[in-house]
Parts: sequence; C-alpha cells; structure tokens
Amino acid sequence: MDSAIIIEKGIFITVIFAITMLMAMYSTWAERKVAAWLQDRVGPNRAGPLGLFQPLADGLKLFSKEEFMPDTPNKFLFILGPAISMSMALITSAVIPWGDTLEIAGSTVVLQATDIDVALLYVFAVLSTSVYGIMIGGWASNNKYSLMSALRASSQMISYEVAMGLSIIALIMMSGTLSLREMAAQQHGMNWNIFYQPVGFLIFLVCSFAETNRTPFDLAECEAELIGGHHTEYSSMKMGFYLFGEYAAMFISSAILSILYFGAYNYPGMDWMAENAGANIANILGIVVLFVKICFFIFFYMWIRWTIPRFRYDQLMNLGWKMLIPLAIANIVLTGIIIIIADKL
Amino acid sequence: MSLDTISLSGRKKEVSNKKMSFLESLYIVAIAKGLVITIKHLFRRKVTIKYPEQKREFSPVYRGQHMLKRDELGRENCTACGMCAVACPAEAITMTAAERKKGEENLYREEKYASVYEINMLRCIFCGLCEEACPKDAIYLTESKVIVKSASNREDFIYGKDKLVMPLEMAIKNSKSIN
Ligand code: SF4
Ligand code: SF4
Repeated sequence: MDSAIIIEKGIFITVIFAITMLMAMYSTWAERKVAAWLQDRVGPNRAGPLGLFQPLADGLKLFSKEEFMPDTPNKFLFILGPAISMSMALITSAVIPWGDTLEIAGSTVVLQATDIDVALLYVFAVLSTSVYGIMIGGWASNNKYSLMSALRASSQMISYEVAMGLSIIALIMMSGTLSLREMAAQQHGMNWNIFYQPVGFLIFLVCSFAETNRTPFDLAECEAELIGGHHTEYSSMKMGFYLFGEYAAMFISSAILSILYFGAYNYPGMDWMAENAGANIANILGIVVLFVKICFFIFFYMWIRWTIPRFRYDQLMNLGWKMLIPLAIANIVLTGIIIIIADKL
Repeated sequence: MSLDTISLSGRKKEVSNKKMSFLESLYIVAIAKGLVITIKHLFRRKVTIKYPEQKREFSPVYRGQHMLKRDELGRENCTACGMCAVACPAEAITMTAAERKKGEENLYREEKYASVYEINMLRCIFCGLCEEACPKDAIYLTESKVIVKSASNREDFIYGKDKLVMPLEMAIKNSKSIN
C-alpha cells in the first residue's frame, strides 16, 4: 500500500513538474504574442506554426551560448542564485490542489502532491525564499549594478510581503483554515472568495505582481538604470534559469490567485455535471477550469506588463507602505466586524 | 481666449501637480483605463505584411532592382556608352564594351553592346540617375518589380547581365502586346 502511494505521488509530481515547465516555456511565447498583439504587431511567427516552436529555439539558443563566469570570489553562490530561483518557483506547486479527487481503478486519487494543513504558510515561506535567488545571484556577480538590483528586489519583497500577509489574514479569518484544499472546497458552487474579499483580492493581486518581480514592479530588472538587473553577469542556461524561474513563479502565483479567490477548480454547475456525467468527468472538467483561470491570470500579468510603465522606486515604497498596508489592516478590521455581526444574526 | 489656454492642435492639456487623493494614489482607476485601451488594441487588425509570403504592391514609380531592357524585337537596348556609369553617384556600375559580330543583329540593337555589365547592389542607392542618363532607354528601375535580395556574401551583390537583362519571355510578351 505504501509503495503504491509513493508511486502514485511520484507520477503525479512528475506530471506537475512537466506541466509547470511547459507552462513556463509557453508563457515566454505567450508573453511575446500578447506583447505583440497589444502593440498591433504579429509577434513570433517564423518558428513553426504561429511561432509555436519559438520556446524550443530559445532554449536551444540558451543552451548553446557560452557559459561565462565573472571574476568573482563567490563562484559557488553565483551558481546557487539561479538554482534557488528556479527550485523555489517549482516546489510551491507541491501544495496546490489541481483538482478534486479522481476514481481510477477503484482507488481514489487526490489531485494534490501533498495536503498539509499549513499549505498557505508554506506557499508564503517558499515564495519569500525565492528572493534569495535574486539576492545571492546579485551579490555573487561582483557587479555593482547587480548588487543594487538585488538590494532593490529584496527591499521590495519585504515591503510587499507585509501587505500580502495582511491581505490574506482577512481571508483566513473568513475561511478558518490554512489548507488550500479546504479553501477550495469551501468555494464550491459560486461561493468564490472574490465576492467576499474584493479589497483583499486587489491587495493580494498587487502584491503578487511585486513578489513575482513583474512590471510594474520589476525594478530589479530596470534596464534603464541597472543594465540587466540581477542577471547582468549571467549567461547561457544560468540566465535561462532566472528567466524560467520568473515564468514558473508567474504560473504558480496565478494558480494561487485562482485558488484563493476565484474558486479553484470549482465552476458553476459542477454538481449537475457530477450527477449527470459522473464525478470523474466533473472533476476533470474542474482541472480544465482551473487551468483556464490560471491562463487568464497569466494573460492578466502580461496585459498589465504591456499597459503600464514601471513605478519609480519611491512610488513603489509609498504604495507598499502607505497605501496597501493601511488598506489591508482596514480590510482585516472590517472583515472582523462583519464576521462578528454575521455570527450574532 | 488668453494666451495660456490657446491650443493650436486642440489637444493641449494643462499639467497639474495637485496632490493625489487616496483613491488616485492607488492608481486603480488609471490602470483600469489603461487596460481598456490596450485590450482594444488586442482586437485591432494587424497591419503587418508578412513579407516573403505576402508581398506589398509596388507603386508605379517604385525603384527596385535594375532591368536592362530589350526592344520589341527582343534585342538588348544597351550600347555600352557608359553614360549611366558616369551619372551614377555611387559608382556602382561597371561594364565592358564589345562590338556586335555578324549574325548577332537579333541579339543587340546597336553595333556596340555591353559584354559585361555589372551593378554592385551594395553600392547602389537606387537614385535612378542611371535611368535618367541613359540615351537608349536601356536601363530602368521600375520594370523588374523585384527588390534586391539579402545575401551573406559581398560578392553575391554584384549583379551581372544574367540577373539584370530583361528575361526573354517578358520581351516576347511585350512584343505581343504591342502587335
Ligand atoms: S540607381 Fe543610382 S546608384 Fe544605383 S546604379 Fe543607378 S545611378 Fe548608380
Ligand atoms: S545602360 Fe544606357 S547609359 Fe548605360 S551603358 Fe547602356 S546605353 Fe549607355
């Protein structure tokens, strides 16, 4: 029995890993396509139909580039940086419930690598660790621009982590659990958290942009001031890992957004499907729905990126500390009051 | 109307540095407006012409690759006078003259013709002065409707008579349309 579970989970984790990689790969393609479309261009269309082989070509190019190592005393850290960035983005997916359960050959398969009660905390812990990838890489590059960008990235992360944590507290007060699976189950039907926590969602969304280092908060990669940012000195696949890590993080954070606020794998009419077409079909459809939601958020990330310019650094800090944190606290207080009133009624 | 508010383009906007309200400083409204603008562009028709597959129509006065013309009998017009080479500001044209032999009257219109005629397309600036200088109506930039192709080798840009002279089929077609 035990080995069966290990095999089942092993297969599941491999699949999730592959899907995350695939999504990250095709996010780079989608990013270019979306960028092009929003700017009235066509985008990559040479490599394969619609440019669909573009990510493969990019990967091949990155692999075949010269591996350049700057003259730095921190060779080990220099390699560790992108490794952390990449692995942190990937291990978050362990606690994400990709769907409800499936009945395969008489046994129930839970579509989640592991269901721990503190899943949400785990996600936050891992996400905030990913800044070390940037910090260590920037530090080890032995380049002042990289170092500055690393400093920026870390102070930005710390600032937005606070608001993000606070915004999620209101949600936790409502749901009373830290497990993502339970949260997903609570949003069954159209009971999505976005309807109860719109302000919290907005704050969380803004902070996710900051946490994934995406425009308008990509000050770590501010080309105009910092050359290439923290990956100035990186080349070949080490550079590729940074870029890849960013897209993987985007995928994961889109997944978390859709699970926390947009009803995870739930969709209206799920019960009806389960009754009429069988639980398995309904749940597979749930997985598809979750991926549609995730894709929407990935698109949203890109949409934002090609709409608004980068914030100035002081604007960034003002927004984080003076706007989002007070707003998040007010949201907590308000939620608390409403919960008490609702209990009394 | 006072001088400060005059706007010739009609699009002048007063810049104001007033302090933003709390809602404004969250940028939400402004960002939402921006998002609407960009999403409109997503559905706009793209004007890109995907070049090698799709070609744009040339204007009648477009100056592309040169063509050494043939007359209605299919004979080459050029008499290797060198006027084009003299007129060329980029010194792109070189040629070698040769005398027409007996029995070649159906090939060359004049007694003298260019046995070698080369244009260096890297030097050429497509000004069309050669066309203007030619007394024999022999060289045209508007006839070929071809753009000089890119290449990775400098030698490939020296176009000889094989590429420049009007193809016979085209001459035949021309003569048919005249008759
Ligand atoms: S087009 Fe101008 S530059 Fe080109 S060959 Fe003729 S005269 Fe010279
Ligand atoms: S193309 Fe015209 S100008 Fe040039 S050599 Fe021939 S006849 Fe003379």
